Amino acid sequence: MTELIIKNGLVYDPLNRINGEKMDICIRDGKIVEAVKDKANVVDASGMVVMPGGIDIHSHIAGGEVDSARLLRPEDHVKDVEVKTALTRSGVGYSLPSTFTTGYRYSKMGYTTVMNPSMAPLQARHTHEELSDTPMIDKATYPLLGDWWFSLEHIRDGLIKENAAHIAWMLKATRGYAIKLVNPGGLEAWGFGRNVHSIDDPVPNFGITPREIIRGLCKVNTLLNLPHTIHLHTNNLGQPGNYVTALESMKCVEDLAREDRPVMHITHIQFCAFKGENWGNLSSGAEEISNYINNHSHVTLDMGQVVFSDTTTLTADGPFQYGLYHLTGNKWVNHDVETETSGGIVPFTYKRSSAVHATQWSIALEIALLIKDPWKILMTTDHPNGGPFTSYPKIMAWLISKGAREKVLSKINKRARKKSLLPSIDRELSLYELAVVTRAGQAKALGLKQKGHLGVGADADIAVYNINPERTDPAKKFVAARKAFNRAAYTIKSGQIVVKDGEIVKPIFGKTYWVDVKTSMPQDVNDDIKKKFREYWTVEYENYPIREGFLHAPAPVTVKAEV
Amino acid sequence: MDDNNKIIEARNACAMGAAKFLNYSTHRTKTPLIRKNGELVEATIDEAIEKVAQILVDAHYPILYGWSNTSCEAQRVGVELAEEVGGVLDNTSTVCHGPSILGVQSVGLSSATLGQMRHRADLIIYWASNPWDAHPRHPERYTMFSDGRFEKSSWTNYLSKLRGEMSKKKIQRASNLVLKKDFCFAPCQEEGLPYSMYTKKRRTIVVDVRKTRTADAADCFLQVEPGKDYELLQALRVLVNDGELDVDEVAGIPVETLEDLTDVMVGCKLGILFFGLGLTMSKGKHRNIDAAISLTRDLNNRTKFLIMPMRGHYNVTGADIVSTWQTGYPFAVDLSNGYPRYNPGETSAVDILCRDEADATLVIASDPVAHFPRAASKNIAKHPLIAIDPEVTPTTMLADVILPPAFAGIEAEGTAYRMDHVPLPLKKVVEPPEGFLSDKEILQRILQKVRELKRDMN
Repeated sequence: MTELIIKNGLVYDPLNRINGEKMDICIRDGKIVEAVKDKANVVDASGMVVMPGGIDIHSHIAGGEVDSARLLRPEDHVKDVEVKTALTRSGVGYSLPSTFTTGYRYSKMGYTTVMNPSMAPLQARHTHEELSDTPMIDKATYPLLGDWWFSLEHIRDGLIKENAAHIAWMLKATRGYAIKLVNPGGLEAWGFGRNVHSIDDPVPNFGITPREIIRGLCKVNTLLNLPHTIHLHTNNLGQPGNYVTALESMKCVEDLAREDRPVMHITHIQFCAFKGENWGNLSSGAEEISNYINNHSHVTLDMGQVVFSDTTTLTADGPFQYGLYHLTGNKWVNHDVETETSGGIVPFTYKRSSAVHATQWSIALEIALLIKDPWKILMTTDHPNGGPFTSYPKIMAWLISKGAREKVLSKINKRARKKSLLPSIDRELSLYELAVVTRAGQAKALGLKQKGHLGVGADADIAVYNINPERTDPAKKFVAARKAFNRAAYTIKSGQIVVKDGEIVKPIFGKTYWVDVKTSMPQDVNDDIKKKFREYWTVEYENYPIREGFLHAPAPVTVKAEV
Repeated sequence: MDDNNKIIEARNACAMGAAKFLNYSTHRTKTPLIRKNGELVEATIDEAIEKVAQILVDAHYPILYGWSNTSCEAQRVGVELAEEVGGVLDNTSTVCHGPSILGVQSVGLSSATLGQMRHRADLIIYWASNPWDAHPRHPERYTMFSDGRFEKSSWTNYLSKLRGEMSKKKIQRASNLVLKKDFCFAPCQEEGLPYSMYTKKRRTIVVDVRKTRTADAADCFLQVEPGKDYELLQALRVLVNDGELDVDEVAGIPVETLEDLTDVMVGCKLGILFFGLGLTMSKGKHRNIDAAISLTRDLNNRTKFLIMPMRGHYNVTGADIVSTWQTGYPFAVDLSNGYPRYNPGETSAVDILCRDEADATLVIASDPVAHFPRAASKNIAKHPLIAIDPEVTPTTMLADVILPPAFAGIEAEGTAYRMDHVPLPLKKVVEPPEGFLSDKEILQRILQKVRELKRDMN
């Protein structure tokens, strides 16, 4: 029985409405408890901020696409290497860190749970092999199901219940956590080099529209009682004027909301909030998006913040990546997956001097600051698409400090600066609100009940940062705050001190969450999938589902479905 | 399988696959062996592992090579071992599709999983590869003779072609009998592409230096002069980009034919170019691949076009993938500085061996002595050589320590990657002979022993 007590820290625990109170946190056997014995190990957190461990709802850290991107970019690794130590494995960064480096770097920033948001079901085994080699953090992964032939056919035929049962099978077969949709319909069209251009554009060969797919899977998600909502990467991503598509996507599920609970998560909203007709007159759609979100509660968003850096874009959105390749002339990887999805990779550099990139930088921050309720907007960079996750401390500084934003504003493209709404926004997130957008809100949106808070019974995943808001104002001393977020004073994972002063002191492996949905007729679904298997895929039915024991440390979340 | 734990029939496998399953254990090494006074003598597994660990710990710059015929689980331990001993990790890509990887690293790759070809490809090009002999089930499962959702098998075309050939022979024989002298059809001088290339059905083109069995089955065969693939690829790029060629022929093929070919490529719904070692290992190497990928990039401006290397060893793709997720690089990874460093040509096994810099070699699941240049093989033999291989090969014959493992995929389970990066489970079909460990277990024990020895030294 290992016991630990974190003493005298200033605790920010938004799910339990604790706002900077000085209190002790007691831990036994990896869980938070009421009290511990006197001989428990003590972490002295006096004058420091204590928060639940950081959670990332959307970060591409593992799987076929990420690995192809690593292979594609030796020039990315050579500038950022990690040397082997007595405790840790070696590896490389920068925008595409190797698996071990990924785990260590998240942990050093006080992060304890990361969601890998995109996995071709056929290559699920690959994603899980990599996640098993990603230390320090708990993780989960979302299978791509928005262009799966079974989904398209069921939705076309109005068979929502059947689709729900099939998706339950798929979540189990791939050990997935949530339903991910990427450019619904567009990826199927991309199989023949085409795309869809609005949510009412029909999908070739299937005669349905993205609107029907989004609505269909939204209903499926509700029928299955999944902990997270559908996780949507909208159509027309990265196109000028696409904020309209984003708004239409949100509107199209308005009537499906139940009791004010969110039914949709739109990810990396920055990439879908472009106003203007072309790249020349691109401007921010942040006002429209945030107005809508302020008046509705059925959608949550994450930022997809752009950070000025040399990074790599990788999404399942094949046609978007193809467009980006044309725009940049960079090297380009495309990877279509039979019956299911596609994918693409293009290296990309965000420059301060570019009006478009600088506007993108501004958009995500505008949205995050204009949305009044921090529970509706979560902090991400869509790692590595907007920038590597290692830039989170910078973004935290931008969110809590107008000064930090102005420092960057003064250096960006003039045209973008003139158009930016940021100078007119005085809002600075408090540490309490920051804890919402980086952990509590993320846990809530993901339906992770044991995480994102420090109440009794929660997982003892805790970050301690060397910031003293009683003595200094982090909004003014944002450089110090950024440094503190960069190197957690302590990261405690499952009740063990794994990071001290920004260095790994104990390498451990976290769990992999997946949703085990109990449906009423799993056998019928099994038979149906088996029947069509050879026709749809080129692997045998027996070889498709992940077998018991394949995951390093599986943590099934059991839910009962309505079908 | 019969009652004596012996495989007697393999279904669903090609001739090569069946042979692997049926006769796998005929010539295996039966116990661990250690070379003493020039003779290989039997040893226990513990002795052999101790010896291996000692060799690796003593070495300053060992190479850990092979990996392509074993499971990803073993490869994962292998990277850790290479890191622990500060060695160089390299796999068979280095003498195979290494140039393809360099090509990808410079321009990218427009690819897909194989089912995508089955469902959608109406134009298939095999360039410098001969699946009929090397990947016998490839045409049947994924391309020419497979049935997909949007494209159907072209086996009827193939049958009518065969029938045509046979009738031709019959007529010839009959005429010989009637005329009582040798009658010959005028050699077919085909102008441009054969008519079947202009149908809407699935079509296959083979580009190679010689007429292979695959070429016989294809709709169209283009014979490229040896070593001129690069020229041909670049000429096609010119044509695809609406340029003109001021010559009559390129690489032995008339420009008119190339123009027709370009029209067919641009006009297809989805095209796929499979390329083999004829492109990666002939003159030009990664430049050839660069040109081939660039051609498909250009074609994507007009239609959808994909490209895929035809990989050899059953899990060479896995070896690249595992190495990439753990170190960032697919092959030729130098871990001697404590962090991964990658510079093929400098850190690749053949080059290190030719410079005679490595002072020990661990070979697993491959046979470099038979396949490397003579100078490299000679230097392998000069220094301590460890072989983890169930078979007797030229490499094991020169080895100082041999550790025979259970056969991955027959006697041990795991994961392997298909050439299109689709991971598949390897099953354990039969029990290994008593005392035989899997590659993964052997490597884990070596790693453990290496750590013990290092701890004792400090």
